[in-house]
Amino acid sequence: MKDYFALIFTGGKSLIVGMMITLRELFRPVVTVQYPREKLPLSPNYRGHTILIRDEEKPEKHRCISCKMCERECPSNCIDLAGEKREGVKGMVLIKYRLDFTKCSLCGTCVEVCPPNALDFSKVYQHVGFSREDFHYDLLAMVEEDK
Amino acid sequence: MSTVMNTGFLPLELLRIIFALICAIVIVFGNAVVMGYLERKLAGRFQRRPGPMEVGWHGILQLAVDGVKLVGKQLIIPKQTDRVLYRLAPIISFAPAIMPMVVIPFAPKLQGRDFDIGLIFILAVVAINVLAILIAGWSSNNKYSLLGAMRSVAQNVAYEIPMLLTLLSVILVTGTFSLRGIVEAQSGGAWFIFFMPVAFLIFFAATLAETNRAPFDLPEAESELTAGFMTEFSGMGFSLFFMAEYTYMFIACSLTVILFLGGWSGPPLPYGEYTSALWFFAKVYALLLTMIWIRWTFPRVRFDQLLNFCWKYLVPFSLVHLLVTAVVLKL
Repeated sequence: MKDYFALIFTGGKSLIVGMMITLRELFRPVVTVQYPREKLPLSPNYRGHTILIRDEEKPEKHRCISCKMCERECPSNCIDLAGEKREGVKGMVLIKYRLDFTKCSLCGTCVEVCPPNALDFSKVYQHVGFSREDFHYDLLAMVEEDK
Repeated sequence: MSTVMNTGFLPLELLRIIFALICAIVIVFGNAVVMGYLERKLAGRFQRRPGPMEVGWHGILQLAVDGVKLVGKQLIIPKQTDRVLYRLAPIISFAPAIMPMVVIPFAPKLQGRDFDIGLIFILAVVAINVLAILIAGWSSNNKYSLLGAMRSVAQNVAYEIPMLLTLLSVILVTGTFSLRGIVEAQSGGAWFIFFMPVAFLIFFAATLAETNRAPFDLPEAESELTAGFMTEFSGMGFSLFFMAEYTYMFIACSLTVILFLGGWSGPPLPYGEYTSALWFFAKVYALLLTMIWIRWTFPRVRFDQLLNFCWKYLVPFSLVHLLVTAVVLKL
């Protein structure tokens, strides 16, 4: 009998405590981000697909020397690049750099191994495509378009 | 409405009834839209989400768009259902929801009709909803629907008892079943909530259970029974249940306001015979917001807890309350 009445008071008190908690939450600011319209700042460590970065001294050019170190080191074999020798140009000229992003595991070995530091991670995170081929990126075209 | 108009083509009384019915339907649909929006908006804010934001300013037109969508949807009738009952159930649920609006006194001169037995009329009409829910659950040929319907019936039958017992306490004081008479008995700020707060709490808890609201929303328990008795309904069938649910909430809160919170009484307003309906609606919506607040605060009770709460707490307390009221009145 004592428990019966005690439960009314403890239970009633807990109900009021609960209602006060939700009331407090009602007047606190909204925490969700309206995604397509608002975006949170990206972490500087974010790894998007790799891109060729431009030379700081000569911003019209990328820094790749077509040494194929990245192609050789890649554990998933997702890099396909080619260079050719041209008249009057020192070293090799990059003519093709294709990245199969469907296989890439973003391990970063290519970025680490690159002798002229020509590769870096992009900040792209909205990859959309209708076919597998949409994720075969042409990094050379990207760096030239991006001028 | 008491002024005599020269209406050559229609008797005055008929005009009055037609006007009252139009008002009732406007209130039913308007309340469903406002409550639907408030529920979703407040649900968001309680969980620190923005709620509907896309259609109109802060999603204010969301319910209008939802209505268009529901009207446009096909009314799917599953195989092996009882087709007649299946189509009838939403209508049986919704139609009685309009009738109590006729006797609810919104303001001294805004009342469709004052019955001497207005309170009994409302209780009788509202009880039809249980039948509609049982029909809906039975005819759907779906185990979730049937479980939800069975739970609803058990719950409604159990909670009707404390509700009626607390009503009796009020009736003992007022000596009338007329809703207008009950409101007038509380004039001058002598609201019954100040004299019998326990009865108010019991009545409010019982109405939460009667209208199948959380934490007593076992009949539709979305996490266990998908949507309970309305699982199989689509399009307008679903939206009739939806509107009926909000209308029953409105009626339950109106009854609470009339019985315990002094109905239309409040600080005087110009043309108070009509405009004091503002006080009535303010009180009703305060209670409806409390219902939403409760829904987003408390977890759903288990079925044994539900019945224990009714039979072990609400019924004994309302019986004792009735006895005390009777003794106090006799002294």
